[in-house]
Amino acid sequence: MAENEPQSTTTDEPVVEETLVEEVSIDGMCGVY
Amino acid sequence: MKLVEHFQYGLNSPICLTWELTYACNLTCAHCLSSSGRRDPRELTTDEAKRVVDELQAMQVFYVNIGGGEPTVRPDFWELLDYAIDHQVGVKFSTNGVKIDKARAAQLARTDYVDVQISLDGATPEVNDYVRGPGSYDMAIRALENLAEAGFTQPKISVVMTRQNVDQLDEFKAIADKYGAQLRITRLRPSGRGADVWDELHPTAAQQRQMYEWLLERGDQVLTGDSFFHLSAYGEALPGLNLCGAGRVVCLIDPVGDVYACPFAIHQNFLAGNVRDPGGFARVWRESELFQRLRQPQTGGACRSCQHFDSCQGGCMAAKFFTGLPLDGPDPECVQGYGEQALAARDGVVIPRSDVDHSRSAPRNGRTGKAPVLLQIGRRPDKACESSPIAGFDPRQVPVAGG
Amino acid sequence: MSTASPDFRPERPHRCSPSVALRPEPFGALVYDFVTRKLSFLKTPELVTVVSGLADHPDVHSAVEAAGVPEEQRPAYLRALAGLKASGTIEERPQ
Repeated sequence: MAENEPQSTTTDEPVVEETLVEEVSIDGMCGVY
Repeated sequence: MKLVEHFQYGLNSPICLTWELTYACNLTCAHCLSSSGRRDPRELTTDEAKRVVDELQAMQVFYVNIGGGEPTVRPDFWELLDYAIDHQVGVKFSTNGVKIDKARAAQLARTDYVDVQISLDGATPEVNDYVRGPGSYDMAIRALENLAEAGFTQPKISVVMTRQNVDQLDEFKAIADKYGAQLRITRLRPSGRGADVWDELHPTAAQQRQMYEWLLERGDQVLTGDSFFHLSAYGEALPGLNLCGAGRVVCLIDPVGDVYACPFAIHQNFLAGNVRDPGGFARVWRESELFQRLRQPQTGGACRSCQHFDSCQGGCMAAKFFTGLPLDGPDPECVQGYGEQALAARDGVVIPRSDVDHSRSAPRNGRTGKAPVLLQIGRRPDKACESSPIAGFDPRQVPVAGG
Repeated sequence: MSTASPDFRPERPHRCSPSVALRPEPFGALVYDFVTRKLSFLKTPELVTVVSGLADHPDVHSAVEAAGVPEEQRPAYLRALAGLKASGTIEERPQ
């Protein structure tokens, strides 16, 4: 199911690491059946 | 920038979208968001539908959620399903199970890139059939049995959460586990016939909290269609984008080709265009005035000063609209209670009603002082419905093109 | 997601998985896996270039270099690519 990357809560990792790939479920946006 | 921030400004193509193939349906669910029942004679033809698929392929729309009404009552449903899959458009279709017999279940199990979602609104026949009609629980379970027996991998069970079934969350999960399905719970909106039963059926504030707590525990195992993002204002965000995707990353194509911001907003005010217009769906998505407006930064209006606005984004546009609340104010189910206040302050407001109504007993029961539709479900559907879902409907009738 | 995977061998030739669709966007790219139904977002143009160019390079390292990724960012890119390998978005090319 939806596996979002950590939402900017970790501050120790270099910025570039947590901003390269983000994952979300195809069911994870409102407005579809 | 986070993904959700990019999405708020809209994309060149939807990521996925809902496509209601027909307004015909063998059931008459009390809360139907599309007020379905009778087929519209202006329905897209098979060829027109295939042209829509071609457009979606060209736009690289990844996925369509096919629904209705009951999509499988269209005789060309299986042909369109294959056509979409053969043209790089994944399909999930939402069904009450009427046509999912053993043969179809086996066929589906052999088919790649198709997902099946069975609608179920009660973990027991009593609770389910109260809104969906006599026999509907059995029909859904039978479909799940057939899919499991055929080896179909992980169908979805989609539940609309109501005052009457919130306590059945664990039972729903058990049913899903039993049939190898994944549970999906979604929010009841006051859309379509949902407006007529919303007062009676929408969860109480305490029940909203109950659902939120349950989702915090189970969120990684169940789907929600991101429909509970208004609950994020309780504190911890639920899995999902917590974003209204309407007109930004998703939309609705209805059976006559009308394009709306989302399936919960079938109303003139949220109509962006029609796929039959010059330029087709692509032009509607990219250039319609409505969608361009939705892709502007939303300021939040009256909600702006609330510290929770960042989590809830002011809630659901459709929920506000169909309860007569202003779009730049709180959601009727605002977990901070501002929605209740706003509802109480509605003074002489005319509740909007959609004129798109295909209910069998049209006009549908509204706030006319008559008993809610729920209490009138006692008549068993025509037995012939199980093989010919629309009694009296001739499936060989070809709608007039360009209607 | 950014932990190194023992299955990831960046010295081998790779490619995008056949079951994956990559759709460029102004801000990067959307990647949809038809099998897992997972949607991913590649957030830098360089990463998009790397992923879509994998099939044209003898190994992942040269794809990363060819995309112009600054040296100090390459470990982060390799970790992101390891994650994409683990999720099935990219795979080793059959020889």
